Amino acid sequence: MAKPVVIEAIGVEKHFGANKVLRGVSLAAREGEVVSIVGASGSGKSTLLRCFPLLEIPDAGDVAIAGEVLALVERGGRRVPRDMGQVQRVRSELGFVFQSFNLWPHRTVLGNVIEAPVHVQKRPRAECIAEAEALLEKVGLADKRDAWPAQLSGGQQQRAAIARALAMRPKALLFDEPTSALDPELVGEVLRVIRGLAEEGRTMLIVTHEMSFAAEVSSRAVFLDAGIVGEEGSPEQIFRHPQTDRCRAFVARHLARG
Amino acid sequence: MMAELSFLLDVTRQLLGGLPLTIELVTVSVAAGALLAVAMALARSASRLAAVIVSFYVFVFRGSPLLLQMFFIYYGLGQFAVVRESFAWPALRDPTFCAILSLALNTAAYTSEILRGGLASVPAGAIEAGRAVGMSRGLLLRRVVLPLAIRQALPAYSNELIEMVKSTSLASIVTLMEVSGIAYALVSATYRAIEVLSCAGAIYLVLIVLLTRGVGWVENWLSPAGSRA
Repeated sequence: MAKPVVIEAIGVEKHFGANKVLRGVSLAAREGEVVSIVGASGSGKSTLLRCFPLLEIPDAGDVAIAGEVLALVERGGRRVPRDMGQVQRVRSELGFVFQSFNLWPHRTVLGNVIEAPVHVQKRPRAECIAEAEALLEKVGLADKRDAWPAQLSGGQQQRAAIARALAMRPKALLFDEPTSALDPELVGEVLRVIRGLAEEGRTMLIVTHEMSFAAEVSSRAVFLDAGIVGEEGSPEQIFRHPQTDRCRAFVARHLARG
Repeated sequence: MMAELSFLLDVTRQLLGGLPLTIELVTVSVAAGALLAVAMALARSASRLAAVIVSFYVFVFRGSPLLLQMFFIYYGLGQFAVVRESFAWPALRDPTFCAILSLALNTAAYTSEILRGGLASVPAGAIEAGRAVGMSRGLLLRRVVLPLAIRQALPAYSNELIEMVKSTSLASIVTLMEVSGIAYALVSATYRAIEVLSCAGAIYLVLIVLLTRGVGWVENWLSPAGSRA
């Protein structure tokens, strides 16, 4: 029997001004699936990912987390969440990892990791600290517990950000080009952590330019092309035997480069 | 020589009698002004109408002398029968209240501008990360936006606090006997302006040194990677 769908986009459309970034994208990840989303710059990958926690509000279509549709209503000619409480609750059940880490600069590494569990999820502080320490251990930052974000390298900051996302005990993890802002020599340490999470069977959506990494960790890959799903299939299909010309051209271009 | 020293000590002792009032004027007006400033800085980002009202307020209070504002509230408002008959009259008749009110309204205008700069400096990514973990508007403000904005605004705010300490001397003109008020009285009683004014100046200097130290300590405490790390 198929596992339940954890995270889903249904006919999502999004435009910025006259620029139609997403033109009706449907995509779902089942429990334990690692779905990589690839495509050229401007194909809408990041925008799509940001629609799941409603960091961007789709102009049409819906997103659903664990079968729960995030209700949007039309107000003053704009679509807005019907219930911010619902949005906040669902956001706290997802882990989002940003391209530029976005750690809170005024909190230590540990402070960053326990912030949301303590203040949003309102779990006991001592429990959160113990869990945070275990997570820092897992991402290899146990010794940086009391360091400030500004004292860390990019790779360390991104690993701290991953620990922060994990501390929410998320139903799914969303990675928005997690290694694009890193110096090449720091990419490996972050990819290692993400690979470890994939092996644990976590549900993940990964927007990335790291083709060989995507091919290796994904259970499924989606090629986004000018705001629609250009091709979808096994990583074997997408990265080795693409069926569409556009996907074939994209993969050839990227493999030639890297 | 001994007579000279005992005169200075006596003057200082009398001037220090005005210190509690000076401190009251600063602390109450700064506290009220800070609250008003936070409210205005937030209102500014909430609606366009509020933004227009706030910038007009800032324009008026920053663009005119504090002394004039104090006169306006203390002497001016009493001209209106509506004010004299209102419930606020007992307060508006009281010079201490009027001085505190004008100081607070004045510092609120400057502080809201300082805070606006601080708010603009908060990294968009830090706010987005807060939204992504499900923080409500209030929680985001309390845990992310304000701590970062305030840290950024502190050096400028430290200057504003120093200005406020010195501005309390204007309250003597609406009859209050704070440090400067007492100094004027002593000058006219003794005709020894240099001695009296030097003592008064020294009291303000000490007050401002202590204040600067205090703000420096808070700045340090709020600084990531500061001496606390």
